[in-house]
Amino acid sequence: MSAIALATRGLSKSFGSLAVARDIELELPVGARYALIGPNGAGKTTLINLMTGMLAPNAGRIFLGDEDITTFEPQDRVRRGLARTFQINTLFAGLNALEAVTLAVCERRGISGQFWKNIAVHGEAIDEAYAILARLKLGDACYQPTRELPYGRQRLLEIALALATKPRVLLLDEPAAGVPPEESGEIFEVVAGLSQDLTLLFIEHDMHVVFRFATHIIVLVGGSVFTEGSPKEIAADPGVREVYLGTRKHG
Amino acid sequence: MALAENIRSPQLYLQSLSRWRPTEIAFWLATLLPFFVAANYLSLASQIAITALFALSLDLILGYAGVVSLGHAAFFGVGAYSAGLISKYGWGEPLTGLVMSGFIAGFVGYLTSFIIARFRHLARIMLTLGLGLLLAELANSAGWLTGGMDGLQGIHMWPLLSSFKFDLYGYTAYAYALAVLFLLFLGARRLIHSPFGLALRGIRENWTRMPAIGAESRSHIRTVYTIAAAMAGVSGALLAQTTETVSLDSLGFERSAEILVMLVLGGAGRLYGGLIGAIIFMVARDQFSGIQPQYWYFWIGVLLVVVVMFLPNGVLGGLSKLQARWSRR
Amino acid sequence: MLPPVAGVLFDGFAYGMLLFLLSVGQSVTLGMMNFINLAHCAFAMLGGYVAVILVNTLGWPFFAVLPVAFFAAAAASVVVERVFYRRLYRATDLDQVLLTIGITFISVAVAAYLFTTAQQPIQLPSYLRQSIEVLGLRLAVYRLILIALALVTTGLLVAALEYTRFGAQVRAAVDNERMARGLGIDVDRTFAITFALGSGLAGLGGALAIEIVGLDPSFAFTYLVYVLIVVSVGGLGSIRGSFAAAAVLGISDIAGKYYVPSLGAFLIYLVMISLLMWRPTGLFGRR
Repeated sequence: MSAIALATRGLSKSFGSLAVARDIELELPVGARYALIGPNGAGKTTLINLMTGMLAPNAGRIFLGDEDITTFEPQDRVRRGLARTFQINTLFAGLNALEAVTLAVCERRGISGQFWKNIAVHGEAIDEAYAILARLKLGDACYQPTRELPYGRQRLLEIALALATKPRVLLLDEPAAGVPPEESGEIFEVVAGLSQDLTLLFIEHDMHVVFRFATHIIVLVGGSVFTEGSPKEIAADPGVREVYLGTRKHG
Repeated sequence: MALAENIRSPQLYLQSLSRWRPTEIAFWLATLLPFFVAANYLSLASQIAITALFALSLDLILGYAGVVSLGHAAFFGVGAYSAGLISKYGWGEPLTGLVMSGFIAGFVGYLTSFIIARFRHLARIMLTLGLGLLLAELANSAGWLTGGMDGLQGIHMWPLLSSFKFDLYGYTAYAYALAVLFLLFLGARRLIHSPFGLALRGIRENWTRMPAIGAESRSHIRTVYTIAAAMAGVSGALLAQTTETVSLDSLGFERSAEILVMLVLGGAGRLYGGLIGAIIFMVARDQFSGIQPQYWYFWIGVLLVVVVMFLPNGVLGGLSKLQARWSRR
Repeated sequence: MLPPVAGVLFDGFAYGMLLFLLSVGQSVTLGMMNFINLAHCAFAMLGGYVAVILVNTLGWPFFAVLPVAFFAAAAASVVVERVFYRRLYRATDLDQVLLTIGITFISVAVAAYLFTTAQQPIQLPSYLRQSIEVLGLRLAVYRLILIALALVTTGLLVAALEYTRFGAQVRAAVDNERMARGLGIDVDRTFAITFALGSGLAGLGGALAIEIVGLDPSFAFTYLVYVLIVVSVGGLGSIRGSFAAAAVLGISDIAGKYYVPSLGAFLIYLVMISLLMWRPTGLFGRR
């Protein structure tokens, strides 16, 4: 019986009369490679926002391991090992990659309040940042300002920033969004190469990628979990096909 | 060049960012010129040094952390009145008075930082404006303490370091102001190149990403706001001590607006922007001192419009763009 | 017999109505595009000076002057929006603050040059300077007309928002700009028209303000602070919010000056700070 890394119980959220999350029950075991799929507007990013604390739920609880993190601030959740990447690049445009990842490492190490020490003194933190960048093949471009990096590399930097927080659970929101198919492979190689102890949940639209990397698929429709199961089960499920391709739409 | 070396060592790269550039050294050497070349401008030079320190303090919160403040003069005024009152009530030693005033201003900054750090955008701008106006009103009403419209009287400073009297020519005053400016500048420079400085830039670059990397943005803003308030307070105290007067306009909205103009003129977020802006502004004002105030404000207005439309990163920004274009040839 | 407090309430409410006219345009445009326009009261000042010239120098009747003040301010705002503001809708808060402060400085300097820094009196017909007696209370006719004008304007604005197509576009743009664009609404044009209307109302307010608070070049900054307080306390994009906040502010200010004059403007700033801390998006604001 593997331990549960992240779980939600009865998670609900509405904006007035618009319900964007209905009673969501999820369990991610440690080391999971889960995919979250669903049509546009199903509430996938909303769910990630709820899990990370960017949105406050109307009802329900969120558990990171054994800890109830429902009322925790976003930065506290990150400190406890829950990290995410953004669907739209949310990077430090004016910083270069080395500075950005070093910043994340310093925050994690609790040394970012030290205004009296030159940053170059913190050799370990800098080396750690560089190692993360090198692993994601960003080492040679790390001195360029982020805004000058090509889009595909910016997506990699998104992941690098999240990895710098040494997460136990990583939520990836369409990591290859907008990246041409030739380059998106590289991103998913990186994702596949991540440690087996790391629990992953990724939102993705490309079914090839989903079937290749996911061990379990959750289908979200209209804010609630439509169905979940192994890739084979989901591929064979006629309901899922109708939700994506069907002409009779509901809600 | 050092490029190959940088690729081998990210640590060396980050270190190279904080190395002293020749232009910087030239700049600080040039600040000694007024002693030899323009002795009759020493009192103006003191004013410029004081204003430069004030602008630098605003740069820390505005240029680096991205906090727009329309009420930063509140801390300048608190520092000025503290220094004045400390002297008036018997303790005229300049250095200790300066440190105490800095602490008092820093403390007020610390208290208000809890309010400021909690908000953003218009609400925050309004709060800085409101708090500044509030303090100015308080100072106006508490005439028994501040002297009200007449200003604070009875300030008398003892000689600096027990030997240097504040002379009429302004040698002592300028040496004092310049030394304090340089010292605090070194502190600010160290702060900018520290992990904390990097965090501030992160806050300015992308507020949303900071919590996602585990950062406590509000705590960082409280810290830098307190430091900036203390620095502004020291500059106000310098003014009180070197001119032996303090008036209500040291807290007023005009002073907050002026320092903002100077910083933007020089270029915010570039460490030297406030200093350059202060020099240009104060020299210009001295040169055009005969002009009616309304003409002066006309040209300030034009300057602001021109800077925003054409020179968004101020003089230093424009210069660095030119330099980049030149080196690309 | 009504107690003196009723007189204070009346004066305060009238003052609040003046603040409302000055602020409502700012509130809606801020709520729509998040564009911080600190030059708003410069348009009010323009309306005031136009009124002064027409009445004092050219002898126009006061009520004929009011629409001209409205249109002059609206026209000026169209020019300024085309030349400057349009380029800064996506700019940082700081850039918007600086540009609009710069424009205000320029207009203040021009006003001082043309009209000197002295207070401008306005020659009103004698019936406007009188008071009528209601339940033992002397109510100034001018203030009654001011209140009436403001209430009529509020009614028209609310009706326009609710029942006209343009009003629906305004509401959509304030609610969610991106989605409004997605629906095919020309948000830029909607904003330009709303901005002109708001500035026109400010100009009207400026003309009406002369008799209540006087007019000199410092008007552009002094009343800017009050307008910003009304807008941030009332809530961006909310006519109701501006109305409520303006009324509260007007009454507090007059009451404060009447009962505790030594406190001065202190009270207003304290009220604003407290209210903003309790509700940073304003009493009726969202986001």
